[in-house]
Amino acid sequence: MQTEPWQSNKVVFAALGLPALLWLGVFFVLPLGFIFGLSFSDKSGIIGHDLTWTGGNYLRAFEPLYLGIFGKSLLVALAATAACLLVGYPVALAVAFAPPKIKMPLLLAITLPFWINILIRTYALIAVFRTRGFLNFTLEWFWNAGDSLLRAVGLGGLGDFAPLELLYTNTAVALGVAYVFLPFMILPLYASMERFDRSYLEASLDLGAGHWRTFFKVLLPLTMPGVISGVMIVFVPALGAFFIADMLGGADSQLIGNVIERQFLGANNWPFGAALSFLLMYLTFAAIVLRRLFAARAERADGGGYAPA
Amino acid sequence: MDSPKKCGGKRFYRGFLAIDSGAKCWQYFPPNYPEESPMKLTRRNFLAATGAAAAGFSLPSSVFGQEEKKLNFYNWDTYIGETTLADFRKDSGVEVKMDLFGDNAELFAKMREGNPGYDVIVPTNDFVERMWRANLLQPLDHGKIPNFRKNVDRTFRDAEFDPGRKFSMPYMWGTMGIGYRKSKVSRAPDSWSAVWGRQSNQHAGRIGWISEPGSMIGMTLRYLGYSFNSTDREQIRQAATQLIEYKKNVKGIFEDNGQDLLASGEVDLVVEWNGDIAQLINEDPDIGYVIPKEGGYYWQDCLCIPAGAPHPENAHAFINYLLDAEVGRDLAEYIEYATPNEAARKLTDASYRNNPAIFPPKKVQEKLEPSLYLGEARAQLIDEVWTGILAS
Repeated sequence: MQTEPWQSNKVVFAALGLPALLWLGVFFVLPLGFIFGLSFSDKSGIIGHDLTWTGGNYLRAFEPLYLGIFGKSLLVALAATAACLLVGYPVALAVAFAPPKIKMPLLLAITLPFWINILIRTYALIAVFRTRGFLNFTLEWFWNAGDSLLRAVGLGGLGDFAPLELLYTNTAVALGVAYVFLPFMILPLYASMERFDRSYLEASLDLGAGHWRTFFKVLLPLTMPGVISGVMIVFVPALGAFFIADMLGGADSQLIGNVIERQFLGANNWPFGAALSFLLMYLTFAAIVLRRLFAARAERADGGGYAPA
Repeated sequence: MDSPKKCGGKRFYRGFLAIDSGAKCWQYFPPNYPEESPMKLTRRNFLAATGAAAAGFSLPSSVFGQEEKKLNFYNWDTYIGETTLADFRKDSGVEVKMDLFGDNAELFAKMREGNPGYDVIVPTNDFVERMWRANLLQPLDHGKIPNFRKNVDRTFRDAEFDPGRKFSMPYMWGTMGIGYRKSKVSRAPDSWSAVWGRQSNQHAGRIGWISEPGSMIGMTLRYLGYSFNSTDREQIRQAATQLIEYKKNVKGIFEDNGQDLLASGEVDLVVEWNGDIAQLINEDPDIGYVIPKEGGYYWQDCLCIPAGAPHPENAHAFINYLLDAEVGRDLAEYIEYATPNEAARKLTDASYRNNPAIFPPKKVQEKLEPSLYLGEARAQLIDEVWTGILAS
């Protein structure tokens, strides 16, 4: 008698799937459903909520004040994602093309930050960015070296070093977000480059394309699935980030994540906070749908050449 | 305080509050009327009730009339004496486990869905009122806290936020003001103008605000000549305009770490709690603290027993212990906030007792207002105004 493959045995399949389904149900669908209901509720008294199916919470989110904050959060998340891509792509490329012997240590170095608490890493950034921080110390050293060099050759000095004001700015927030999420960009990129068939590069170069052309016409399009995955994985949590803005941001670095956090804490308005959270989620869904649409269109245009995952 | 409003029907809040069609209006509750009747079994009451039941299961010893020798204390950071908890254990055999919260909002958010098992918490005055109105506190048995009548200063025996001290015992009190680096200012600041007025232009980029919406807007109201507790929309809007105008001079709006930034030279003037600055003054004589001449507010942190506390007997004993004269002295000298414990204060070192950063002079004290709980609608208003200040 031939044994049935386990995939087609419904009982085995259900037994294997049940824990995951239960997990999703209890820890994802249930709490999310609660928050969803909350977003259509009214506050009653100090701590009560009445599910009235009001649209007021969502309506309020479309006031110019909150739209502006949404816009700002989008900008910061986009900037951070772009920075991650610009830094992450060459790094992933270097790791993928590194000799096998040093590949593992390099990958380890990229995942190492995961071993350290994200808050601690953000605190470390404060020590780097602040007025009397490591970055300014380094710049000052170079400045003074240049200063004495110029004096030595008789060209006069550079004057006193004025430390850069880096901390408590929007730039610091974008950099902080990029720093925290960089590994999430590198790993999918690396995965797509690992699978990439190197002979395409050789073919391209043999057939007379330059290095730049090979990069833009061959490597980049074929690693696009990795780019898209990386961008999504970085962009979505970057949109909801709040504690980085709290710690590194200045007087105007309020992101939508901060507003949501305050609704659940100081403002004590959970329904409005829930509505804002769900708006963020709808935005994310919209991004995923858009991506699917683009992918489908690209596939049709290519005549089914490859399908991004 | 807003006038009482009838509930029901459609209400449209324009501007600061969202349009909630079919929404219930917010209510004004005259003092002494809890917002929710204890009889009504709401979802949260149900949670609290089940929480209490769960606590009962973990407490078989209470069946025999004796609590287990444990206490869960939920406190602010750096807000207890060096050896207080160990001493209490020696004294009573009760082991205190202490967790820390960052601010009242965090404490409130944690307690509102049901007490996770704390016996003693330390909310500030306005939050004491918010919590007892929401049935989150349990009444105290004054008979088990004899040190209250014996040691506590007369002015703290009653409180507008808790008439008759039914739910709260005074722990520490203090003020908010400006901490500054003496060598970096031409003269000591004496007005809120130094941080959010014309004088702040001289300190552009070297000022830190504190991320406490109610306090910041309240003190700006004082600066403009209004009450710290104003509920007037126009006055609050003016305060917001003032803060928005001078935000350009600010380096950042910080969580409660302004003292560290002042110490490290990142800022030269910072809006902070007095005790944080007083601790810094001891380490660095170049630091000063001032309550501006326009006045400000005082707060009072209180010891309370949350509803559903698993060890109420121990909680009473612990509160009574903290109000002891000698314990209170060690405590106060260590954390350097002002103690309401008159018997303890008499025992303290003159350097503490006469420190103007801790005990402001009588003349200044007269210009301080208490922070009051003014209802949920005002809390929403303040948050929306604050969001607008940060966004602009």
